[in-house]
Amino acid sequence: MDSILLAHGSGGKLQSDLLEKVILKHIKNPIINLLEDSAYLSVNKSKIAFTTDSYVVNPLFFPGGNIGKLAVCGTVNDLLCIGAKPLYLSLGLIIEEGFDYERFEKIIASIASEAKNAGVKIVCGDTKVVEHGKGDGIYINTAGIGEIKHYFSPQKIETGDFIIVTGNIGDHGIALLSERQKLKFKTPIISDVANLTGISDILFKNSGIHCMRDPTRGGIGGILKEIALKSSIEIEINEKSIPINPGVSSICEILGIDPLYLANEGKFIIFSKEEKIVSTLKHTKLGKNAAVIGRVIKKDQKGKVILLTKVGGKRIIDIPRGELLPRIC
Amino acid sequence: MLNNNIDFKSKFADIKLIDSLINDLYRIAKQNYIIMEVCGTHTVAFLKLGLKSLLPKTIRVIAGPGCPVCVTPQKLIDYSISLADYAIIVSYGDIFRVPGSFSSLEKVKSKGKDIRIVYSITEALDIAIDNPKKMVIFLAVGFETTAPATANVLIRAKKLNVNNFFILPGHKLIPPAIEYLCSNGVNANGFMLPGHVSTIIGCSAYQSIVDKYKIPCVVTGFEAIDIVTSIYKLVEQINNKDARLDNTYSRGVKWYGNPVAKENIATVFRTADSEWRSIGCIPDSGLELNENFHKFDAMKKFDIKLSNITIENNCCRCGDILRGIIEPEQCANFGNKCTPEKPIGPCMVSSEGTCAAYFKYGKT
Repeated sequence: MDSILLAHGSGGKLQSDLLEKVILKHIKNPIINLLEDSAYLSVNKSKIAFTTDSYVVNPLFFPGGNIGKLAVCGTVNDLLCIGAKPLYLSLGLIIEEGFDYERFEKIIASIASEAKNAGVKIVCGDTKVVEHGKGDGIYINTAGIGEIKHYFSPQKIETGDFIIVTGNIGDHGIALLSERQKLKFKTPIISDVANLTGISDILFKNSGIHCMRDPTRGGIGGILKEIALKSSIEIEINEKSIPINPGVSSICEILGIDPLYLANEGKFIIFSKEEKIVSTLKHTKLGKNAAVIGRVIKKDQKGKVILLTKVGGKRIIDIPRGELLPRIC
Repeated sequence: MLNNNIDFKSKFADIKLIDSLINDLYRIAKQNYIIMEVCGTHTVAFLKLGLKSLLPKTIRVIAGPGCPVCVTPQKLIDYSISLADYAIIVSYGDIFRVPGSFSSLEKVKSKGKDIRIVYSITEALDIAIDNPKKMVIFLAVGFETTAPATANVLIRAKKLNVNNFFILPGHKLIPPAIEYLCSNGVNANGFMLPGHVSTIIGCSAYQSIVDKYKIPCVVTGFEAIDIVTSIYKLVEQINNKDARLDNTYSRGVKWYGNPVAKENIATVFRTADSEWRSIGCIPDSGLELNENFHKFDAMKKFDIKLSNITIENNCCRCGDILRGIIEPEQCANFGNKCTPEKPIGPCMVSSEGTCAAYFKYGKT
C-alpha cells in the first residue's frame, strides 16, 4: 500500500496527484475546483478573497526571517495575487513541548511586526501543544481574508501577454538550503521573504494585468507550467532575461540544482498585456530587479513551456518532480 | 567555505563563439554520427542547454552508462533497506528514490526509518561520531569522482578509531565499462569522456582503449563551449578516420589526473569484478575494500539476509539504453508506464539518468 512521502508536499507532480486523486475526489465545489491561491467568494454584495496556508519550515530561523514572518507574508501574498487587499488573518499555533520560550516570543513578535507592516489585523487564533518529539518545534497556520479589488485569474490570460517576474529568483530556496545543510558561502544568501503590499497599489492600478502568482514551492518553473496547463497556453521564456543573484546561480551550479524550481517568498509572476509596468516596478524596493522574462505565444491544450537557453538552444520546462535532491557529482 | 562569487556561466556561454562552432559543425558533418557520452552531468548539460536543438540532425548524442545511480545494482539498494532496521542509513540524494526489489529508501524513511541525505560522506562520518551508540552505514556509490572522498573519510575514520561507521561498497570505474562496451560492439562512432571522473584518473587512463579499439575519444567539461568543441573534435576525428585522445577540458583534467586522490583510492580499495544494473558483470570495474579496511565493510559486519530474491523488471530496456542500442523514446514504457514518479527502470530515477533527463528536457 502506498503511503504519503515528503515529495507529496513539495508543490510538484505528486502533490497535484494527491489533490486530484484524493482530496478533490471527496471535496469538490465550483470554488475549490479552480485551485486558485485564494478562493473568490461573493457574500451578499461584497467580493472577498479567502485563503489558508500552513508553515512547517525547517530551520525555524533563517537568514532574512523566521517562520513567523513567513506565515504572515505567505498568506498576505496569496491574497494579493488574486487581486485582494489583505485585511484579516487568523493564527493557529502547534507548539512542541519543550520549545524555547524566548524563541517562541521572537516568532510572535515577528508575526506582529509583519502584520503591522502589511496592514492586516490578526483577529483570531488557536494554540495547541503536542508532546515532545511529536512536532518540529513549532508549526503555524494562518488563514486570511481580503477585499477583492481586481480579480486576477489564469482564465484571463491572452496570447501575447508579457510574463514578468518582480525580482531575483531562488533566494529563499538557497537561503534555507544553506542554513539547513550548514553550507558556508563567501557571499551569504538572504531569503527574499517579504509581503508585497508595498507594490500592490502599482499592480492594482494597472488595468493590463490578467494574472498574478507567487512562485513559492516549485519555483517559477512549477508555476509557469501549472498556469500554462490551466489556461491551455504555450509560453516561451528567455533564460537570459530571468533575474538571478549571481551567488544563487553559482550555488545552483555547485549543487546541481535548477534555480527555476527554487522557492521564492517575496516575488510575483505577472501576466500582463503591457510591459511598461516593469519600469514602474523598478522604482520600488520590492520590484527593483523586475524583468520581462517571456511571452504567451499561443493557445495550446498541451500547456507547453519552452525555455530559450542562454546559448540559443531550446528545451522544455516541466512540472517539478518531488523534492530537490543534491546529486552525487 | 565555498566561493559562490565566481561567474560560472558567462565566460563559457559566449553565444557568438558557440554559433560559429555550430556553423562549422554544419559545414563538416558529412555523414551520420553517433557520439556516446558516459557521464550523467553531460546528459543533463546537453539537454538543459538545449544543444540537441542546435546540432545538425545527422549528429546523435546518446547517453551510455554514465549515471552512477542508474548502474547501481538493485541488490545494493535492497541491502541498504534491510540494514535500516539496525542502523542510520546515509546516502547521496540521487539514490534516495531508486526502487529496490520491493521498496526504496524514500519509502522506508516515510515509515520511520532513519535515512539521511548528505552532500558529502564527511557528513556521514560526523553523524557516526555524534551518535556513538548507533551504527551508521554510508551507501558508497559513484564513479572515480566520489571514490576519493570515500577513501579519505575511511582513512580518517581509521585514524580516529571510529567503530560505528561502515560503508556499503558500490563504487564503479569508468574505463573498464568503456572497454566492455567497445569489446561488445558499441553502437557509437566516438566517446565524449567524462570531465569529473577524468580530473581524478587523468587522460592517460583512456589511451589503451583508443589504441586498442581505434575509437575517437575526447575528454570534455560541462559548459556549452566544452561540449560543442568536443563534438566538433569527434566529428573531425571520425571524418579523418584518425582515432585520437583529445582533451578540451585541460583547465580541469591533466594527463595523470590527481595523484593524491589516486593514491588514497589505492590505499583503501582494490579493483574487483562488479555488477552493473541492466548490463551485467564487468571485469575489474568495481572497487572493494582492502583487507586493512575490512572493518568498515557493512557487508562483512552485518549478516545480511534478504527475504526475497531481487526482481529485475524484464520489460525494462534500460540495459539497451545504457549500451546506446536504443534511445529512451524507443522504450515502450517511456513516459507512460515509466515516469519519474513511478520509475520502472533505474534510468528514470536519478535526475541524471538518461530517461529522466530526456523526460524532463527532451520533449521540445
